Amino acid sequence: MTWIGRSLPRLEDPALLKGRGNYVADHAKGALHVTFVRSALAAGDIVGIERPAEGLVFTGADLDGVGPIRPVLHRPDYRAVGQPVLPVERVVFPGQAVAVAVAASAAEAEDLAEQVFIDIDPIEPILDFDAALAADARAVHPEAPENVLVEGRLETPGFAETVASAHAVVELELRSRRQSAMPLEPRGGVASFDEATGRVTLVASVQMPHMLRTGITDCLGIPESDLRVVAPDVGGGFGQKMSLFPEYVVLVWLARRLRGKVAWIEDRRENFLASAHSRDQAFTVRGAFAADGELLALEADLRSNVGAFSCYPVTCGVEPLMAFGELPGPYRFSQYKVRSRGVTTNTCMMAPYRGVARPMLTFTMERLMDKAAAQLGIDAVDIRRRNLITAFPHRSPTGVVYDEGSYLQAMEAAVAHVDIPAFRARQAEARRHGRCLGLGVSVFSERTGYGTPVFAQRMMGIVPGYESVDLVMDPSGNVEVRIGASPHGQGLKTSLAQLVSDEVGVTPDKVRVVSGDTDATPYGWGTFASRSIVISGGATKLAAVAAATKLRKIAAKLMEASEEDIALEDGYARVAGTNKAMPIPELARAAYHQSQRLGMPAGIRESGFYDPAGTFSNACHICEVEVDVETGGVRIVRFVVVEDAGVVINPMIVDGQIAGGVAQGIGNALYEEMIYDDDGNLLTVSLADYLPPTALEVPDLEILHMETISPESVTKAKGVGEGGTIGAPAAVLNAVADALSPFGVEINVMPATPERIRAAIRNAKVPADA
Amino acid sequence: MPDKIAITLDVNGKSYDVNVEPRRSLADVLREDCGLTGTHLGCEHGVCGACTVLVDGRPVRACLMFGVQAEGKAIRTVEGLADGDVLHPLQKAFWENHGLQCGFCTPGFLMLAVGALEENPAMSEAELRDVLSSNLCRCTGYQNIVKAVRLAADEMRARRA
Amino acid sequence: MKPAAFAYLAPTTLGEALAMLDGVQDDGKVLAGGQSLVPAMNFRLARPATLVDLNGLSELDHVSGDSDRGVVIGALVRHAAFHAPPFEGPLAELLAKVVRDIAHYPIRQRGTFGGSLAHADPASEWCLVAATLGATMHLASVAGTRTVAAADFFRGTFTTALAPNEILVRVDLPPLPAGWRTGFYEFSRRKGDFALAMALATLQIDGGAIRAVRLGVGGVSDRPRRLETVEAFLAGKPPTPATFAEAAELARGAVAVTADIHASEAYRSDLLGTVVRRALAEAAA
Repeated sequence: MTWIGRSLPRLEDPALLKGRGNYVADHAKGALHVTFVRSALAAGDIVGIERPAEGLVFTGADLDGVGPIRPVLHRPDYRAVGQPVLPVERVVFPGQAVAVAVAASAAEAEDLAEQVFIDIDPIEPILDFDAALAADARAVHPEAPENVLVEGRLETPGFAETVASAHAVVELELRSRRQSAMPLEPRGGVASFDEATGRVTLVASVQMPHMLRTGITDCLGIPESDLRVVAPDVGGGFGQKMSLFPEYVVLVWLARRLRGKVAWIEDRRENFLASAHSRDQAFTVRGAFAADGELLALEADLRSNVGAFSCYPVTCGVEPLMAFGELPGPYRFSQYKVRSRGVTTNTCMMAPYRGVARPMLTFTMERLMDKAAAQLGIDAVDIRRRNLITAFPHRSPTGVVYDEGSYLQAMEAAVAHVDIPAFRARQAEARRHGRCLGLGVSVFSERTGYGTPVFAQRMMGIVPGYESVDLVMDPSGNVEVRIGASPHGQGLKTSLAQLVSDEVGVTPDKVRVVSGDTDATPYGWGTFASRSIVISGGATKLAAVAAATKLRKIAAKLMEASEEDIALEDGYARVAGTNKAMPIPELARAAYHQSQRLGMPAGIRESGFYDPAGTFSNACHICEVEVDVETGGVRIVRFVVVEDAGVVINPMIVDGQIAGGVAQGIGNALYEEMIYDDDGNLLTVSLADYLPPTALEVPDLEILHMETISPESVTKAKGVGEGGTIGAPAAVLNAVADALSPFGVEINVMPATPERIRAAIRNAKVPADA
Repeated sequence: MPDKIAITLDVNGKSYDVNVEPRRSLADVLREDCGLTGTHLGCEHGVCGACTVLVDGRPVRACLMFGVQAEGKAIRTVEGLADGDVLHPLQKAFWENHGLQCGFCTPGFLMLAVGALEENPAMSEAELRDVLSSNLCRCTGYQNIVKAVRLAADEMRARRA
Repeated sequence: MKPAAFAYLAPTTLGEALAMLDGVQDDGKVLAGGQSLVPAMNFRLARPATLVDLNGLSELDHVSGDSDRGVVIGALVRHAAFHAPPFEGPLAELLAKVVRDIAHYPIRQRGTFGGSLAHADPASEWCLVAATLGATMHLASVAGTRTVAAADFFRGTFTTALAPNEILVRVDLPPLPAGWRTGFYEFSRRKGDFALAMALATLQIDGGAIRAVRLGVGGVSDRPRRLETVEAFLAGKPPTPATFAEAAELARGAVAVTADIHASEAYRSDLLGTVVRRALAEAAA
């Protein structure tokens, strides 16, 4: 019996359940509190900053020698824009930190911050890509006169002829409004200076502690060894806590300057204003189809509003270039013409959020399939059958290579599970009673677990991707696994313990995984991009295999058996075909304390390193909704997921990732939107206005699994962190469109709010009361 | 330094003498003055529910009460749920059913559910969903939270019987 | 998001509270449930210099009366007191129905009936109840107590007839005896969110016609409104979908709706018609 495949309750949970979690704000005791003074204006020149007569207030002018945050992309089209840690010349988005107030408590720091007056000569802000791309538009940054920070273009030879000879061309103009990852715990950091060593320890709610250390020390011009970064328990990240933000640089600078301890615990308003935003995209596509529904060619103009700055380290290329490269999704066609631009505006920086571009591109491809099906008179499932990739490895028109997947099979399984004919009968019956039910299908790929081979193609100045793991079995036979990944709710420590247990033969409760501390873990990239179980898991497995090999050698020596005959299980090393066995702790003790008998280096200490090219998970989502055509309200009736993420290490955890992802996808599809007014004031700065789903908006999911084994993952597991969020919006919105099909209206904007749905119905060619 | 008021709080049956500004929220008093950091702050405007605690048996937002208002009340927080290492049925159900991921919302959900189930142990599925819609979770998609609370309710009823 | 400093006063009797409030020179504010005031303070949108906390005034925490005689609701009665109907008859059932749409369970444990009315959020359910049924407000100060009809009490968004030194101490709801039917419909983005539009209807139907009616709408303009012109239209008409559709159109014409980020004027006006129709239909069902 193996540990892999079991729904083991998580090792992380008892502390969290007892209120003994260890989040950043829990580290603030004894610290001075920091409040950032933020720009009330979206754009303007800083004329002066008036400080109160008393109290500790610092501005950019005090940060002598502190460099800007400047992420690099080695592309000719990339315009590098440095983000000053605290600007002295101009502000470029509302909420940008300009000064910092330090006091004994958070309340007093806010009192002090209120006495700082920033005199700004306002400039009319540029808030969206239409304004930014206008011919006479002012440059948001002098470094980028056209307001385009990155641009990808591609046209395959033969594109034009293929389109010209196509049976039909189907056009779509889709929009994803700006959204927030909105982790329940906002950002925060506590920096403390150690007089003995001169080092600073920064405890911060982040996903990439090692990267943060590099970024901060680069800005401050100090060696990395002068800074220790600790990611404690982190209350959700979803990408928002991947990037380096100016606040963290300021905190470390303050700790050094004041030779003390300072804490900044971001509040919700700041999190909305000045943490990262995402998803602000407009896609215009034209699909050229054959009469039988085969997609022959795709043309796409993709615009992403990346906000005021480029995020570090992954840069503002993350959304536009992901959209550029992965728009084809799970569909087979060879002719592709694409232009994808990252446009800068006077809005909050856009950074990765669970799914990165793929919720929008899946929405796009899945709307395209439905619209083409309707236009060509083909069933919506049939048109997908015709176009889904079925031969692997598959190479997309942008050169992306898809490993083994089950795109078609997953859809067929979902379709069979849902029983579409039965639904159509219910739908027809409901329509006779004036009720609008709809069903939406979404098939998609989720690129997961990709290492430097993929990131290098993006030409980032900093190429992330690999993971390292140090594994030690101590003399008592317990295992400590030090990882460079930085889990924050994914249950990775439990999953890794299960992997280790199957190799070295001890139970998972004897495996302690250490993460999120630059002093205690090997350099690694953290947890994001559905990568940890594949890459950190792979490195862990390689280290565990090495440790198991050594244990078998020791056991063979001590029991005078052949190494190949040793099995490690249930806490014992057993010799096959005999009743000889030794408890693993005895082997461990021997490794350390009787090493002279063994003829090999003492101890059990192994490293694992893994840097894969990546593997694609795939899934099909099918959603059923009921739309209240009089209010525009949408109720989700049913949601089915068929997921293929390879071998499932811990089914309960995997299903939890899917369910959480789908919930966010539902929020993205129907509820969540960041709204600036025309003057650049953010109107959605509270949870009364920004609306994530609650328990009433999210149905119980029906989750089914498929298991395609890929050679691209040493654990045979594929990533599963983002899929729910990638696929759900398309399923929900296709269902809404299906429900409204009698009205002949289109659903082109995400989120499809009641107001948008109602407006579409009101403006429909077919009147609402028909 | 703004004026402080000396108060005594009864938290999880234990008495805490603290000296606090009137503007300090009950959540901040619990966290910073009583050292009970299990109560979390996710929004400080009463929406997310991460700070939910019981005051005289009722679940309330600790960010919307001032500490000085809690004097003389019986306050219960997540730290008081388990009996040593023996988890409360709700904690146990959350653990066994994966009702938490990052854990930040968990103390608030636990206290919300404890208060609601102690008031009405026989809530219908609809009532339960309605109560649980009071708090936000960004990780789980809620279904395992609903499931855990339903199972814990059964166990709590069985224990009473 | 920590509030600005304030002085805190905790009276234990109404007399004491009134004297304290009267003694506050400026920027005094009464604190009841705090479920609206404290968020505003945490955002520093409200920054009273002094808070007079009414939570020690148990004398204001009582409900008495019944559907036949009308009820007296003390200002400090919590929303949750209506989770189960506190007495019998249509009035209690209406209150128990409406309370389910007020925010969420923990907010209802703490928020108060009087606090909602005094706060006068245009999207407040209790304000709609008071305006539609024709509640009488009792406003106390050191000078004595006066009564104000709901129609005169709500003056606009977050604005009422309360003077700075006055406390809303009780609210009288008129009788709604057996034979009255009630309907309430609210539309919000998610359940518990602020109403984008809501309507409350009470009907007496006799011999296939509406004999008596009260109709009010909330969440659509600066204050809750009783729609007397629509009531006049409905009186004597058969309670049919056609009648209600016509009433809905009249209601839309009677109210100049406001816009916010969740609802433009056009959409809100559209919703207004729908909630009126649905509340009437529920009452007639």
